[in-house]
Amino acid sequence: MSALIEVENLTRVFDVSKPWLNRVIERLPKALLTAVSDVSFGIEENSVYALVGESGSGKSTIGKIIVGLVPPSSGKVEIDGVDLATEPEGARRAAVRENVQMIFQDPYASLNPRWKVRDIIAEPVSARGGDTEGLAERLLEQVGLSAQDAGKYPHEFSGGQRQRICIARALASNPRIIVCDEPTSALDVSVQSQVLNLMSDLREELGLTYLFISHDLTVVRHMADKVGVLYLGTLVEEAPRDTLYADPKHPYTQMLFEAAPRMDAFGRDIDPPKGEIPDAINPPPGCAFHPRCPIAVDRCRKERPRLREVGKTRVACHLAE
Amino acid sequence: MAETDMPSDAPIRPPSRIKRAWESDLAWSFRHTPVAMISAFVVTLLVLAALLAPLIAPHNPFDPATLNLMNGFTPPGEANAFTGDSFLMGTDDQGRDVFSTILYGMRISLFVGFSAVLLALVIGVVLGLLAGYLGGWTETIIMRVADVQLTFPAILVAMLIFGIAKGITPPEYRDQMAIWVLILAIGLSDWVQFARVVRGATLVEKSREYVQAARLIGRSPFSIMIRHILPNVLNPVLVIATISLALAIIAEATLSFLGVGAPPTKPSLGTLIRIGQEFMFSGEWWILFFPALTLLALALSINLLGDWLRDALNPKLR
Repeated sequence: MSALIEVENLTRVFDVSKPWLNRVIERLPKALLTAVSDVSFGIEENSVYALVGESGSGKSTIGKIIVGLVPPSSGKVEIDGVDLATEPEGARRAAVRENVQMIFQDPYASLNPRWKVRDIIAEPVSARGGDTEGLAERLLEQVGLSAQDAGKYPHEFSGGQRQRICIARALASNPRIIVCDEPTSALDVSVQSQVLNLMSDLREELGLTYLFISHDLTVVRHMADKVGVLYLGTLVEEAPRDTLYADPKHPYTQMLFEAAPRMDAFGRDIDPPKGEIPDAINPPPGCAFHPRCPIAVDRCRKERPRLREVGKTRVACHLAE
Repeated sequence: MAETDMPSDAPIRPPSRIKRAWESDLAWSFRHTPVAMISAFVVTLLVLAALLAPLIAPHNPFDPATLNLMNGFTPPGEANAFTGDSFLMGTDDQGRDVFSTILYGMRISLFVGFSAVLLALVIGVVLGLLAGYLGGWTETIIMRVADVQLTFPAILVAMLIFGIAKGITPPEYRDQMAIWVLILAIGLSDWVQFARVVRGATLVEKSREYVQAARLIGRSPFSIMIRHILPNVLNPVLVIATISLALAIIAEATLSFLGVGAPPTKPSLGTLIRIGQEFMFSGEWWILFFPALTLLALALSINLLGDWLRDALNPKLR
């Protein structure tokens, strides 16, 4: 069964050097930040794939590459067999574009404050010259707002309502795939669950496929079918949700679960995660996680582990079994 | 919140939306700032006086047939010794009524000021948007040109442009073209601050997610700049435009005072001041005084209005 989205050996390097003149005067080398390094995974139709990881792990960058906002440095993303970055035929690119939408993290920054909600929601259709008659009103009701809200401006809504508007906009072009970049992390908990439930309902109703980017393990457990764990731009572990939550193989995943707050262990003493995520400009040699890893051996410092299958899990660790 | 209940009229015109969106806050601030109200009153009065000059002015200073040289140097409010005519603000050496020349002069000053600011605004906003949104070499070139231009005093740049333009216009058209050359000179010397502010605001807006959402939809950079970013960077532009208007009027007056601006046949306030200063030490003070006072009132009130607008539109300063 071939996946709807196929990500192959995806790498993205950002040039974060100082301006040319400063480099010449201060004799600095070019600084290259590898945000995403050789990541491969596939997302099945009508499933939810979650990417989790700390800040700076490259999860948002992967999302942006998939929707075509950021071009990949190497590797490719195929959506329905079409690679947005290299596809020469404009019509096929446009067709894929229409099928992929995104919901952003900050509902306050993702709506143009000078536009009416009606125009914001209809934009994906109106930008292509499509018929938008009654579209915004219908979508607003679908996401649990009222049709009268179409004439208002974004500042008249709360964070949760704004995120509903963002969802409505994402649905406007009848997409098959929605990339959700931390859609609930700017919302408070009670509103989070409403928005998440709405997203689950919409998925069942419309047969959507989600790429769900988050750092919140509880949210991911609620939403995801399959989970990929990112560390410093590399995929360190990937497993079906239940497998991952029952039996995390990678020491980094184990550390994340340890650090996550748990209701049943309230007040327990836990070891806080050791160390910070390393500098992506000068990543450590070998396994990127070895400076923080409690079980690292010599081999980890020299050889970068490949993803290998252990049961239902794919894990990049020399020691996992 | 006032705009909530407004009926939605379909066409999207960013300026009117901004006006509506800010109307309530601005109106409140306006009512609570006496300086703003007084300045607005003065500006309105002067602009109306200039617009209605043909109706208000007792004489037409551009029509030599109505001039009587015998009326020259009549002091304000007094009857002329030879003709018995009396003038509110006196007359100049050629017997022109100073009050009328001020009204007509203000038309030229305001016209040049508005047009120059409009020109500067269009150039500055377009270049600022391009520099901020496209980045890279476009940005480097535009902003370096702006930096270089800023190292010269604006008036010097204006004089340079004026000189070049005058050199390439045929002599017989010079007087007619003088006004347009002035507008061009002042406009070109003033676009830099618009470009800088718009570039800065564009950089902020560009990184916001609604712009990414528009890119993702497949909108072209041009359409994003016009439809998404432009409406969101207009507030600072409005403030700068107001303050620039005062500066442009002063720049025009300066150029005219230096003799490189409006010709004596079509005098602006600056030309009037230049004519007036020739007679200042011989006792005919009114020829200088009234045009200068008008210029002061005009520039000061526009400036104060601009200051108030800046404070009112920027809640962070409150």
